[in-house]
Amino acid sequence: MDVRGEVLLPGAARGRVLTLAAPISFWGGVDPRTGDIIDARHPDRGKNIAGVVLGLPGTIGSSSASSVLLELVHAGRAPAALLIVEPDAILLLGLIVAREMGWPTPPALKCPADLLQDWRGRDMAISEDGAIAAV
Amino acid sequence: MLELTDDERAAASGARGEGAGMAMRIVAEAARLMGALRLIKVASAHIDGALYHGDSGTLFAEKLVEGGARVAVPATLNVGALDLTGCARVRLEGRTREMAKRLMRAYEAMGCAASWTCAPYQAGHRPAQGSDVAWGESNAVAFCNSVLGARTNRYGDFLDIACAISGRAPDYGLHRPENRRAVFVFDARALQPELRNSDTIFPVLGALFGRIAGTDVGVVEGLQGCCNDDRLKAFGAAAASSGGVGLFHVAGVTPEAPDATTALGSRAAERTVVVTPAMLADGLAALSTASGDQIDAVAIGSPHLSLAEVDELARLLGQRAAQKTIYACTGRHVMKIIDADGRRRALEKQGVAFVVDTCVVVTPILPEKGGVLMTNSGKFAHYAPGNTGYAVQYGSLSDCVESAVEGRLVRTDPIWT
Repeated sequence: MDVRGEVLLPGAARGRVLTLAAPISFWGGVDPRTGDIIDARHPDRGKNIAGVVLGLPGTIGSSSASSVLLELVHAGRAPAALLIVEPDAILLLGLIVAREMGWPTPPALKCPADLLQDWRGRDMAISEDGAIAAV
Repeated sequence: MLELTDDERAAASGARGEGAGMAMRIVAEAARLMGALRLIKVASAHIDGALYHGDSGTLFAEKLVEGGARVAVPATLNVGALDLTGCARVRLEGRTREMAKRLMRAYEAMGCAASWTCAPYQAGHRPAQGSDVAWGESNAVAFCNSVLGARTNRYGDFLDIACAISGRAPDYGLHRPENRRAVFVFDARALQPELRNSDTIFPVLGALFGRIAGTDVGVVEGLQGCCNDDRLKAFGAAAASSGGVGLFHVAGVTPEAPDATTALGSRAAERTVVVTPAMLADGLAALSTASGDQIDAVAIGSPHLSLAEVDELARLLGQRAAQKTIYACTGRHVMKIIDADGRRRALEKQGVAFVVDTCVVVTPILPEKGGVLMTNSGKFAHYAPGNTGYAVQYGSLSDCVESAVEGRLVRTDPIWT
């Protein structure tokens, strides 16, 4: 299976897909030092998003989500890539700034929700042009 | 597709320095992701990015400074993690304290005014109605859009300063008149008139409004003749804490709502929510998380106290001393005045601890042992349990003062009967 996501921020990456079971607020929901999901009410609490291809069914907006994502990149605990159903500009701003800082920046792609569910737990590779393929 | 002007493209390519280039590229990239077709000029900025969340924010701000970035428009600063005036002792130590301070200094170095307040609109920063601005911090955004009628989105960390340096913002959201129209009515007319004309009710109504609104724009009916800046400040701060409210209208009060019909753009409301006394009672109860009559401290001033609110604090306290510390968060614009006229010293002797440049829910100031915090702020009530570990009792300023003096919870406000 080889599909193409809409490239929000380009880049190549590979990793195991972790598709979250519910939308998340990065601010207060993810520990910026470790990548652990810390939101007590989130169904994926306790999982870690560092190095995974993170599937986000949605985000709960906080104006500090971008700070948390930048902090994760700086700490080397960011996801390998973000696959997002509905692009959240405030969250992605963290990646835009990371790129400006010259730090290794995970790519972000827009993907349909049903594919994110299908890919859960699988190893996938993402290429610069947005192609997403099983490895 | 986003189109930049020649001027904007030149800035983005670094023609005006690397810091200015970085700022323009960040604004343009954000605009692209938001689906904006162009950038618009902004008249001013209020910047929330100087609150320390981790080293990466400091490194970002310092990179802008190294690149020669300066703000292109008047820009005020929201609170930081430290009280640079030395009024209050913030329990951040070592490297964290150093990085938090470097962050605050970097924003000052870019030409931002050292206002360090979440109520810039009471410190002289009041953009004209209809002007486009780039403001951050949820209560400031709500006040700016709603009460001043200036136009801003909720600009978060990084984008606020990038807009201030580039003098541009993405043309989307609340900058566009069609998105400022109310789609629902929040009808408070069923509540007793004297209730509607009390300070205590505004944070409660605001918190209810925020939960109902989500990110929708709504118009409030029934508060004509009951509003002043401090009450609208309290309403907006609570609404922006419990929901994603960036703009609200109050019929007969706020500038884009001479009446509800105008605020609705002469269209039918998608929904009308009638506030009942039962909803109000539930909303009031939801602001408190503690039971019993224990209190360990009082915190007021979220958003930062105005001079009128400090006056009211002094009047309510009279010559008495508080048994429990009253943490009073305010800005330099107020401290300058009460320092000069001697009220600061007098209030400090009576048990008031002033907190300047910051506040008690964003940085560790309250004693570590925890306990119960009493507040008249809907925003403190919302954030204190998660951010400070303190349980909360919500009450009027008058009840907060009486409780601090007695050293236990006192409720005299008729809203509780």
